[in-house]
Amino acid sequence: MPGTVQSIERAAAILRMLAGGPGRLGLSEISRSLELAKGTTHGILRTLQGVGFVEQDRVSGQYQLGASLLHLGTSYLDTNELRSRSINWADPLAVRSGEAVRIGTVLDGQVLIVHHVFRPDDTFQTLDVGALLPLHATALGKVLIAYRTGLTTTELAAYTRKTLIKPRELAMALEHVRECGWAADVEELTPGQAAIAAPIRGYGGLVIGAIGVSGPVERICDSRYAPRPRLVTSVRDAARAISREMGAARR
Amino acid sequence: MSERYVVAIDQGTTSTRCIVFDRRGQLVSLAQQEHKQYFPKPGWVEHDAMEIWRNVERLAPRALRQAGIALDQVAAVGIANQRETTVMWDRRTGLPVGRAIIWQDTRTDSLVHELSAQPRAARITDISGLPLATYFSGPRLRWMLDHTPGLRARAERGEVLCGTMETWLIWNLTRGAHVTDVTNASRTMLLDVHTLDWSDDALDFFGIPRAMLPEVRASIGAFGTACEAFPGVRIGAALGDQQAALFGQTCFTPGEAKCTYGTGSFLLLNTGAELVRPEYGLLSTVAYQVAGAPACYALEGSIAITGSLVQWFRDQLELISCAPEIETLARTVADNGGCYIVPAFSGLYAPHWRSEARGVIVGLTSYITKGHLARAVLEASAWQTREVVDAMNANSGLTLKTLKVDGGMTADNLLMQMIADVLDVPVVRPLAVETVSLGAAYAAGLAVGYWPDLDGLRGNWHIAGQWMPAMDPRLRETEYANWQRAVQRTFDWIQPG
Repeated sequence: MPGTVQSIERAAAILRMLAGGPGRLGLSEISRSLELAKGTTHGILRTLQGVGFVEQDRVSGQYQLGASLLHLGTSYLDTNELRSRSINWADPLAVRSGEAVRIGTVLDGQVLIVHHVFRPDDTFQTLDVGALLPLHATALGKVLIAYRTGLTTTELAAYTRKTLIKPRELAMALEHVRECGWAADVEELTPGQAAIAAPIRGYGGLVIGAIGVSGPVERICDSRYAPRPRLVTSVRDAARAISREMGAARR
Repeated sequence: MSERYVVAIDQGTTSTRCIVFDRRGQLVSLAQQEHKQYFPKPGWVEHDAMEIWRNVERLAPRALRQAGIALDQVAAVGIANQRETTVMWDRRTGLPVGRAIIWQDTRTDSLVHELSAQPRAARITDISGLPLATYFSGPRLRWMLDHTPGLRARAERGEVLCGTMETWLIWNLTRGAHVTDVTNASRTMLLDVHTLDWSDDALDFFGIPRAMLPEVRASIGAFGTACEAFPGVRIGAALGDQQAALFGQTCFTPGEAKCTYGTGSFLLLNTGAELVRPEYGLLSTVAYQVAGAPACYALEGSIAITGSLVQWFRDQLELISCAPEIETLARTVADNGGCYIVPAFSGLYAPHWRSEARGVIVGLTSYITKGHLARAVLEASAWQTREVVDAMNANSGLTLKTLKVDGGMTADNLLMQMIADVLDVPVVRPLAVETVSLGAAYAAGLAVGYWPDLDGLRGNWHIAGQWMPAMDPRLRETEYANWQRAVQRTFDWIQPG
């Protein structure tokens, strides 16, 4: 059996203490009870607070279980918060790529568009926020399912001749996404349209969303239908900047 | 040759930011630090000016590091700052005399009441373009001089200096230049907005010694070279944050307007070289001035509390854990359930200017949930915008066709839709939410020739998002009437004396 990680054991002990106690607990109480140095205990509490598992009362400074522990099974990220914290990095991506930018998360087996920046050419466009797109036929969706085990789409509907409808094809494409760190769809949802997307990560590297650009296939791809490397780099840079903003470690 | 950039320092009400921009006006890196808000008594709001300066010192290298650039790649620094916030410091030691008093602070309430009874008060409004209110710096300076023993004598001897936040930052950046720009100076009630110099009448009216005031300069020009934070870099511009946002939205021609949604919200309309006489509770203010050219003016509708109502909902009521969650909570219900919140926390600004008003929540029934309250919070920002737009249309004789918006709250799609609905015009967000910083960067870049002219900057402006009005006109009218009745209920709450 591989060795256990001591700090995780200690974190679990703190969570059990907070869950078992009658109310809030102070730092000294916790460190005394677990016979841990105050500095160590404080470090663990701060980390647990950072990921939302523990909350600190502003007045007394005491600790209690965080609200997000109750929602562990459901989505922990508020989509409006994701938009709010991405907005500064989605705009520059639209300028650098010259294309429309969308940010998506998973909702009920589909991609939910949570943010949309118009293609910067001042033509009439309408906001897509709130729209739902298929996971397997979009670059955003492929990124989202590539990093989520157990999330399988039951039926792979065909939108164009190029949509990946065989589970084996899709599995291979997702493997490729994990290897490269980005995804593309070339005329897989709409003929003549293509897209590139990359993952947005939160604490601990968890993938919490995807950001991508989309537009006419001749602008997104080169003459051999391969996504343009310059665009891929811009999309991945923006995804990394948002990930940093969302608390992911630099990678 | 390596690429060059412009840095903006945005010294705001809740935080200070350093932002690096590239030639296309796009954000390259952003470093931000919040500072402590002091609320020593109801209606009092203070900042520690030293804490703010230390934050600038820390943020400067952090912003450059994040952008991956060296100091010699910075073409210029521009400053945008929270306006009307006032600080005094010792000329010799550079240490602040007490805390900075913030624009939202209403401690000068009774002083303003007293001063407005004087026959000369109307003339001061003509000179300064501003109504006599607790919002502006002049009464605040008088209050500090009255309430700190020995301060007046030291100020008269020139031992104590005063300024708004850009003056404080430039003093520290340059180690000793005591200067302000026309836009910030135009918010003191001490500047003659026609001559753009301190008014002897106004100084006499408020009892402020001239020796403590900074030198007034054009907003876009020369403020010296930094010795601290950005050593060796030219400070090309300083602007009040709202004027900076107008500039960042490239509203360079008369008739162009923007509304910035931050702590408060501020709608500014460019009126060109003409100083329009303000009516309907609007202010006339300097929009910007390029060194050696005549000033460009603006009409302003100021709303004290919009974003800070969301902050209050988060920090004081603890009903949400982060500001964007207000939208999530508001979307749990279809309407406000008959509930209205009028956030007259520090009185009401435009178009009412009632410093004795205080906030109300009306229409409470046992039906109301926190979702309805969240909705009422967002609607308060929308209806306050409507009141200001109505005043702006009446004052300017123009009719607003679209509203250009910016600021952090534009990430709230529900709020943007509400604003389009209650104004019955499209709401447009440009491809840069941080227009305050962008405006400071544009202005500083122009001053040093990084950007050649205003037209070049206009080419950077693009639509990033648009919300179309979709509200039943009859519903709009009844809701507006309800809002106005709610506003009436905030009046006369604070009794004089």
